Amino acid sequence: MSSGARWLVAAILLVLSRRRRRVTPVAKDEPEAAPTPARVTAPELPDRRAENVVLLLLGLGTACAVAFVVVYALDRLPRQTQLLGLSLGLAFAFLAAASVVVGRRVVSQHEREEPYAEPEHLEEQEAVVLVAQESASRFTRKKLVVLAAGGAGTALGAALIAPALSLGPAFDMESLYRTPWRRGVRLLDEDGRAYLAESIEPETFYTAYPEGAPREQLGAPLVLVRLEPGRLELPAERRGWAPGGILAYSKICTHAGCAISLYRKPLFEPTEPRPALVCPCHYSTFDPATGGTVLFGPAGRPLPQLPLAVGERGELRAGGHFSGPVGPSWWGVRLRGAR
Amino acid sequence: MPISLLALAAVSFAAASPAAGADGLAGRGKELYSKSCASCHGPDGRGVTTQGAPTGAGNVRALGPSLRGVGALSTDFYLRTGYMPLRDARDQPHRRKPPFTDPQISAIVAYVASLGSGPAVPRPHPERGSLSRGLQLFTEHCAGCHQIAAVGGVVTGGLAPSLRHATPVQVAQAIRIGPYLMPSSSARQIDDRDLDSIVRYVESTKHPEDRGGWAIGHVGPVPEGLVTWLIAVVALVGVAVLVGKRARP
Amino acid sequence: MVGRAAAGRAVIRGVVRFLDERSGTAPLLRKALRYVFPDHWSFLLGEIALYAFVVLVGTGIYLTLFFDPSVAHHSYYHGSYAPLRGLDMTDAYRSVVNISFEVKAGLLIRQTHHWAANVFIAAIVLHLLRVFFTGAFRKPRDLVYYVGLAMLMLALVEGFLGYSLADDLLSGMGLAIAYSVALSLPFVGASLALLLWGAPFPGAESFWPRMYVAHVFVLPVLIGGLLTAHLLLVAARHHTQFGGGRKTERRLVGFPTMPSYAPRSIGVACSVFSVLFLLGGLVQINPIWLWGPFHVDQATNGAQPDWYLGWLIGALRLVPGFDVTIGGYTLVPNPFWGGVLFPLLVFAILAAWPALERRVTGDRGFHNLLDRPRDRPWRTALGAALLSWVFLVFVFASADRVYVYLKISYTTQIWVYRVLVWVLPLVVLLVTRRVCRDLQAKERVEHERHLAERASA
Repeated sequence: MSSGARWLVAAILLVLSRRRRRVTPVAKDEPEAAPTPARVTAPELPDRRAENVVLLLLGLGTACAVAFVVVYALDRLPRQTQLLGLSLGLAFAFLAAASVVVGRRVVSQHEREEPYAEPEHLEEQEAVVLVAQESASRFTRKKLVVLAAGGAGTALGAALIAPALSLGPAFDMESLYRTPWRRGVRLLDEDGRAYLAESIEPETFYTAYPEGAPREQLGAPLVLVRLEPGRLELPAERRGWAPGGILAYSKICTHAGCAISLYRKPLFEPTEPRPALVCPCHYSTFDPATGGTVLFGPAGRPLPQLPLAVGERGELRAGGHFSGPVGPSWWGVRLRGAR
Repeated sequence: MPISLLALAAVSFAAASPAAGADGLAGRGKELYSKSCASCHGPDGRGVTTQGAPTGAGNVRALGPSLRGVGALSTDFYLRTGYMPLRDARDQPHRRKPPFTDPQISAIVAYVASLGSGPAVPRPHPERGSLSRGLQLFTEHCAGCHQIAAVGGVVTGGLAPSLRHATPVQVAQAIRIGPYLMPSSSARQIDDRDLDSIVRYVESTKHPEDRGGWAIGHVGPVPEGLVTWLIAVVALVGVAVLVGKRARP
Repeated sequence: MVGRAAAGRAVIRGVVRFLDERSGTAPLLRKALRYVFPDHWSFLLGEIALYAFVVLVGTGIYLTLFFDPSVAHHSYYHGSYAPLRGLDMTDAYRSVVNISFEVKAGLLIRQTHHWAANVFIAAIVLHLLRVFFTGAFRKPRDLVYYVGLAMLMLALVEGFLGYSLADDLLSGMGLAIAYSVALSLPFVGASLALLLWGAPFPGAESFWPRMYVAHVFVLPVLIGGLLTAHLLLVAARHHTQFGGGRKTERRLVGFPTMPSYAPRSIGVACSVFSVLFLLGGLVQINPIWLWGPFHVDQATNGAQPDWYLGWLIGALRLVPGFDVTIGGYTLVPNPFWGGVLFPLLVFAILAAWPALERRVTGDRGFHNLLDRPRDRPWRTALGAALLSWVFLVFVFASADRVYVYLKISYTTQIWVYRVLVWVLPLVVLLVTRRVCRDLQAKERVEHERHLAERASA
């Protein structure tokens, strides 16, 4: 710190001493510059003090820039990012200060006046119109030509845009309905072990993935919860979808495609909100007891439910397809019938 | 086998008759319990599960779960976090300075533990856990509510608290209990090793790697936007005002 | 001394002559050096955006040298950051972690780039507000205004793409939402989303190179082109100014580029660089190593986009839950309202405003002098109302954080905001109009008193 202060004092002294030395020669300089042509910019008396400040600031800026290089060159420095940012930021700050002092103190502060440009060039406008008109004057069937040119332009435009369709299966709406879940597909946990029905506990939630299918697709992940069978109010056609009260829903929110990673599970129901599956993006809230209907939030469609079955060894398997398309909605999406 | 059966019988016998094991601690605990807990949790921790007239002091709307079998694990958690006692049974409990002293808490814990056979206070060993496994588990099970850096978040109808002040023991307890709207995980879903990993991860979120500088809360864009407008834009508009002002020569 | 001055002039003359003889640009150069900048602090807001763009390009080029825009390949992390070790991640995410941890000065440049994006758009928005409330968008500068609006829209997309490329947990959630918003467009949504993503979410492997080329080439070139057009158009019609003194509709008064304006502008540029590098080094932004990699089945609470898209997530959350359906078929999915219609409406109002105002006021003239906001009570009031509307929705985006820190229930907030978004703009409209008129009246009175005093003297 003290060495920095000494540097500062030295720099100031240097600047001030240079000033003293140079006062006379510059004054002498002026008359000898007579042969120069008439000034374009307005003359003004120089501001020596401001100039000194500029020199000082430039010096400080240089020091900071050098510090940046030094910090960069040093290896394994703690807080290196901070020191780099500080040195470079300060270097620019000193340059900024120097420029502002130059702009406001050192150089001439004379304003200039200037007429605004002519708003219009009527003559030229007219000439352009005439050229355009005259150029077309030898066509005899103008309308037809314009129509034909328009047609050609449109067709060519379409032709040039057509290859864009290679970007993706634009008309394959079926791809949006497809999920890896079929009757009999086993539910696996994060580590690839099959879920057993008896291992699903009522106080928590589980994420399940389809056996033998990629996990990184909207149709793959499920959220599993177990409720008391007696309190389920599933639609009539979903009888038998929840063996032992185990419910499987798509883990992807029907509003905007985020993962349903919240399970609101009251510890003591008489004083707390009922169990719900919640999406953390826009807080759409779904009721697992009633088939994934929306309790709160912007989702416009219930969470698709997957029917479950229990296999011979007690493992959980899909009992069929989802109750509806998985993930966010699109124009014309059918509310039922994922596959 | 016969020995363990015998032990079990002994424990359940002791649990069934708390008065019999009336060592001083549980006795004092019972006194405190009757004063501060019984209006909602009922005499002898039987719970108040149907709505009725206010039964407690200060017209508390009495309603609370049975405490038989919750054990020391649960009681210790609720008292040391200051979650209990709760003014209104319908409120979400929030962390605060516990209104009881340490010896008082120990007494109540001993008393409630004696009401039924429940789990003891867990002893997590974060040093045995794996940090990256903890991050993975936390992302899957916890981040949806508590946010990935454990700064807390929203559940519709409730709040998932920041875990900044949660001790390793409390994190382990909360995972097993599932206080308020939180799901609870038994050792079948999250075994003790995984529990250690999660606890280790949560501990690490208290001192995360902030090599970028001032962390502004580890919540991402909201404070970043505030810094953009309140620091960067204010500074630059200040510069503009300075530069754009007419100079007075 | 004379010799040195003459030598200096000779060097400059040599350069100028070289250029002029080969390009004939001396007249243009002379004009440029004497170009007049009227002086008011609010005219510098656009410059702040310009210099932030310069930082974006510079830091962005540096980042391209280290970033790997690929999600085709997954592997386990074994780098120096312990919590991620052994985690499965894409090359895209890994390369951003490496830029932050292994590349020397990488984190500084990455953070500076991100802060520059935030400041770039903030400066554009402030600049837009200044232009709107002072009537600078009127003929002959309406074209400049449209070009500026187009740049703002592109900048929003550009920023979102940058945020998305990192493939961390937050960016993945953002992309899921963007996909749903694209999907929600009436008629064409599904086709558009499938074209852009190449497959249903999370998309084909080619989606990442697509985002990348858009982010580092297509959009920057478009923005750069529009920026050039913007500046050329401003220069062609010259800058507007506030009236008074010798400043009139026909006469522009201000500082010439040289000697007095250029140093000021360089000062602004260096200030922008300074603030951005200071933030980049000292304040952590988007610590993707804390968020972890993205998987479609994972999400975190409190996920937010960068501030400039906050109004969209606010709108998505504020809209009540419904889809427009007919007999089991969805017509318009919910994200359309908040994610498409709301921003389109705001931009449509902004784009239509110059023509709308011309029609309502019947004023088709040229304007070089700016209005003071109080002198146009209707414009100011309507603009303030629109601003308050967007601002409310924007603020609502942070309602979940407000719940965490201030314990005001989210459900309470949502209902308060659902009422406020209709009421507050109306209140702002009436109050602003009233304030403008009061200010005008006060000035009139003072002016009359002034005249009377002069007359009596």
